[in-house]
Amino acid sequence: MSLETNRKFNIDTVENAEKTPDTELPWAELGLKKNEFDEVVKVLGRRPTGAELAMYSVMWSEHCSYKSSKNHLRQFGEKVTEEMKKDMLVGIGENAGVTNLGDGWAVTFKIESHNSPSFVEPYQGAATGIGGIVRDIISMGARPVAVMDPLRFGAIDHPDTARVMHGAVAGIGGYGNSLGLPNIGGEMVFDSVYQGNPLVNALAVGVMRHEDIRLANASGKGNKVVLFGARTGGDGIGGASVLASESFDDTKPSKRPAVQVGDPFAEKVLIECCLELFKGSLVEGIQDLGAAGISCATSELASNGDGGMEVELTSVLLRDPSLTPGEILMSESQERMMAVVTPENIEAFEAVMDKWAVEYSWLGEVTDSGRLIITWDGAVIVDVDPRTVAHDGPVYDRPYARPDWQDALQADSFTGSVQDAGRPAAPAQLAAAVTELISSPNMCSKSWITKQYDRYVGGNTALAFPDDAGVIRVDEETGLGVALATDANGRYTFLDPYHGAQLALAEAYRNVATSGAVPMAVSDCLNFGSPEDPDVMWQLAEAIRGLSDACMVLGIPVTGGNVSLYNQTGSTPIHPSPVVAVLGKFDDVARRTPSGWQEDGQAIYLLGTTAAELDGSEWSNLRGHLGGLPPKVDLAAERELGEILINASRDGMIDSAHDLSEGGLAAALVESSLRYGVGARIALQDLMDRDGVDLFTALFSETQARAIVGVPRSEEVRFNDMCTARGFMHLRIGVVDADSGILDINGVEDLALDALNEAHEGTLPKYFG
Amino acid sequence: MSELPLIGEAVAIAAEPRLAGARIGVVTFPGTLDDRDAARAIRLAGASAISLWHADTELGEVDAVVIPGGFSYGDYLRAGAIARFAPLMTRIIDAANSEAKLPVLGICNGFQILTESHLLPGSMIKNDHLKFNCSNQILRVENNTTAWTSDYALDQEIAIPLKNQDGQYIADEKTLDALEAENRVVFRYVGANPNGSRRSIAGISNAAGNVVGLMPHPEHAVEAGYGPETPGGAGGIDGLGFFTSILTKIVGGAK
Repeated sequence: MSLETNRKFNIDTVENAEKTPDTELPWAELGLKKNEFDEVVKVLGRRPTGAELAMYSVMWSEHCSYKSSKNHLRQFGEKVTEEMKKDMLVGIGENAGVTNLGDGWAVTFKIESHNSPSFVEPYQGAATGIGGIVRDIISMGARPVAVMDPLRFGAIDHPDTARVMHGAVAGIGGYGNSLGLPNIGGEMVFDSVYQGNPLVNALAVGVMRHEDIRLANASGKGNKVVLFGARTGGDGIGGASVLASESFDDTKPSKRPAVQVGDPFAEKVLIECCLELFKGSLVEGIQDLGAAGISCATSELASNGDGGMEVELTSVLLRDPSLTPGEILMSESQERMMAVVTPENIEAFEAVMDKWAVEYSWLGEVTDSGRLIITWDGAVIVDVDPRTVAHDGPVYDRPYARPDWQDALQADSFTGSVQDAGRPAAPAQLAAAVTELISSPNMCSKSWITKQYDRYVGGNTALAFPDDAGVIRVDEETGLGVALATDANGRYTFLDPYHGAQLALAEAYRNVATSGAVPMAVSDCLNFGSPEDPDVMWQLAEAIRGLSDACMVLGIPVTGGNVSLYNQTGSTPIHPSPVVAVLGKFDDVARRTPSGWQEDGQAIYLLGTTAAELDGSEWSNLRGHLGGLPPKVDLAAERELGEILINASRDGMIDSAHDLSEGGLAAALVESSLRYGVGARIALQDLMDRDGVDLFTALFSETQARAIVGVPRSEEVRFNDMCTARGFMHLRIGVVDADSGILDINGVEDLALDALNEAHEGTLPKYFG
Repeated sequence: MSELPLIGEAVAIAAEPRLAGARIGVVTFPGTLDDRDAARAIRLAGASAISLWHADTELGEVDAVVIPGGFSYGDYLRAGAIARFAPLMTRIIDAANSEAKLPVLGICNGFQILTESHLLPGSMIKNDHLKFNCSNQILRVENNTTAWTSDYALDQEIAIPLKNQDGQYIADEKTLDALEAENRVVFRYVGANPNGSRRSIAGISNAAGNVVGLMPHPEHAVEAGYGPETPGGAGGIDGLGFFTSILTKIVGGAK
């Protein structure tokens, strides 16, 4: 299988490294710090070869090693009770966590960032973000069944935002649609803090039978190591310029592109081909190739298994024969997988590859030497303990401190501020305020985006955007299914990182419960600025502490995720943006609760109480204010509310439910009306009297742990009794009026649904065509 | 040839043996996406779905064939241009043109493959707005005499998901006139034209009516709650008629 190797590189062998200890190496250009390079030399007992340096530099990078966050991330593993672990089949550390669904089913999901590449080249950056997270899911042995994409871009009217928006959305659609994976939700936030650093996060979820769970380890001496899928090319090489020093020939491209280029067709074929391999039990261990490519796959497979592996690098199939060994090790070419196969299964493995016309090459085998040995035409260019590459990277206790500006920021409340002048109060002003809110960049309809994604493929999508959570049926016989929601609020988290992160979790939890599913597990994508900035490090530390504390209270574990640091332009970091995904379970997805009102005459109830909480709100955002304290976190109330929504769904007590979050009650009322074009008559006087707030506050406050539900008349008594028995505040605030075509809120001028719809739908097309 | 694997178990149907005896093939190419969905639709109608592989050189015992949606071979060339040369397509083209007139339904990428195969005239190009478009689309059934539309009323309006990038149907004026004259425009888009298709054509048939192609996806409107959205999730099964129509034709007489 091996290609000819008439490539004339100045191969830096281990033998050569031992003989030439004083050779200058480009560790700084590869992103290593002096102390890290010294550590590599100490670990090896000699200077690294060029290839070894390439491996350590990528595997010890912030992205792969979590060196700045590791000390804090431990809390996700520590703050876990036995009860929380009972459904966790695979925890943090593997490609993705796995949760038991019952009936022999398991579900795996994970969220990851692809921020920097999506700014440089939005289409390919976003597309390969989907590709990478989907391969993580396949690596666990699962069939991917859906994707979601939380997006955060710069100001909607900034000239560069359209470039990023068009590219990223088209990339997510172009890749995801071609894989046959329904896109069931996500987020879209515009804020100038993301102008030079958009956040493109991607989530994938997959399902499998328990017996199909696969792990990334290379066990069994003599088993063969195979690389399959797309060929290895020169794309996605981080610090490649440096590696030119390996070559005699300076006519080859000196600067390889750092952004990977996706081929969704190759990925689709890879999905089917891997599932066929799993079905036939033809692989012992499997690992996708993402960040750090072959460096990562070989070192992780080897160190998670029996500890040794030998690989001949000239056997790697290449798109570009001029690649150097270091480049091959670092390349992040997409749509590749590495697997470990027993000698008996080689023939059957090759038959599956041939059926799907997937290219493969046998690279070497598993050993029990405890060493990862990589050769180039037989000459040893890497001889390392794979653990030192994959797991024993540097760990930093970065200094952090509460920023000196934090107190002043928190003291600057919206209420009474300059921006709060002329707060709407008259009926016409309030109607205009509602319309302004629901047509604003962050609260407008996202259908311009979601129309570019296939939400039907697979035939199991029970709910999708704009409902609170995406819902996918897993078992067609029983209706067993899952719900997923992602949330984050950078503004809240900026005001108070500890509680802001908890608010993200609370909202995702609430969204899942609102759909009727029982929350089970969490995956998080922590998008922050530079960890070398003590202010940012404090935000990160506080957010992780807040999130892990809240997971304990809600009783749902973090099963995996990703940390994305250095999200900043110059010295200005983004708002701390911990994106939290919550996965929930349905015994029968037929019980799901959509967000739109349905039948005429149904009662509309508001669950929870309303306080004057406008700091950090969408309304304050519209008025250009950011200060004060975010809404209060009440996890006990979230849990109680969740149980009410879940029970009500299970027992058929409600026909619709929508959570209150950004934009408060005003946004929720409009969204529930527009979902199916069904109006309502709303009176909030009782609410105002009970909670001591004015009409404006009742509509625009973002107090947490609230939801509105539509209750059929026949169920009202039972529903009231349940809320009363649980001691949870509930109030009938109106009635569904199916034929009026109007959202009628007492004290607010009538809002015609047609006009609301036009305002809600018009914003994104206005800016993006 | 086996049943196509679903995510979970097949939807349980107490199928009539007479219906279940009808065997409808579903072709899978590399890059096909909606094959499981087409198979589910066939089962929900009561027939047996038979998995067909693009590289097969024999069609086997099937009473009809569905070519489902997706991006065969990535559609990096003109959509369907490579799939058309698959060994199985040669068999399907022969069978569709034979005396027996094998019923063939091409959905989305399947429709594109049928035009590339010259079983149907015209071609599909990129949507006029240049974006992928996923929406609930209302169609009008303008010919209910084909093998795949007999269970619909003439001029019935049905809601079917539309989801594609290359959905703009084009043909020269002469061909379009001929299609209209021969009553071969089977479906037309109702309301705003979603992609710039000539004369709002959503689907057409061959002269004999055994081969039908359309861009929207009837297999995604066969199960309440998993198709076009309606309040309460009760509706959304307007696509089932395609599959009951073909069953009526295969087993004959009343359903």
